[in-house]
Amino acid sequence: MSAESDNSAEPKVKRFMYVNRKAPHGTVYALEVLEMVLISAMFEQDVHIAFLDDGVFQVKKGQNPAVLEMKDFSKTYRALEGYGIEKVFIEKESMEERGLSADDLIIPVEVIGREELGALMESMDVVLSA
Amino acid sequence: MSYQIGGKSIEHDEEGYLVDIGQWDEDVAKMIAEAEKLPLSDEHWEVIHFLREYYTEYQIAPAIRVLTKALTKKMGEAKGNNKYLYELFPYGPAKQACKIAGLPKPTGCV
Repeated sequence: MSAESDNSAEPKVKRFMYVNRKAPHGTVYALEVLEMVLISAMFEQDVHIAFLDDGVFQVKKGQNPAVLEMKDFSKTYRALEGYGIEKVFIEKESMEERGLSADDLIIPVEVIGREELGALMESMDVVLSA
Repeated sequence: MSYQIGGKSIEHDEEGYLVDIGQWDEDVAKMIAEAEKLPLSDEHWEVIHFLREYYTEYQIAPAIRVLTKALTKKMGEAKGNNKYLYELFPYGPAKQACKIAGLPKPTGCV
């Protein structure tokens, strides 16, 4: 159709960033964002994930939410690679303020400073924060 | 809604997926497969056990693209492709294989 052929043939890949700022349990935000990320992986977009503030606890090793009668979805972050999502960032300051280091995390992530993360966010087409 | 097996009652949702993955065993799998009119061969069991392992490791049912990729890595390309999986599970790996393996519906499956 002519209306469509006016656009470029390739659909534009957008840069998405999912920003996690909340502790993993106690609210449903972390799990919901994770599911959204896994679904978005099916749409061939340029997906980034960032953990900051209390969100850094989402990727902490050794969680035992069974005592809260919650599923341990921290294991699911390890599936991200298989879903083709490899751009995972954690904010250095947030991590250090909470006494964490990269060794405490369940997946390899890129540690990034606050300013640098801000610039990265600026470069996104879509930023979703929860 | 529930399956009845050996005096046990195993709850499932309206599409037949188990509510509690912990209640699954091979007899449950056979029963779900029977309800789907799907006789289980060794090849079926291979995929079913692979899905169980995937779930234990990652706590999700994989989307099909991810499943085929993971199967290829573990068992080679002959077993890690859509055609092979659809031959085994005509209604699809998500709808049938995950259901028989007692997993929830895959995340990222529309």
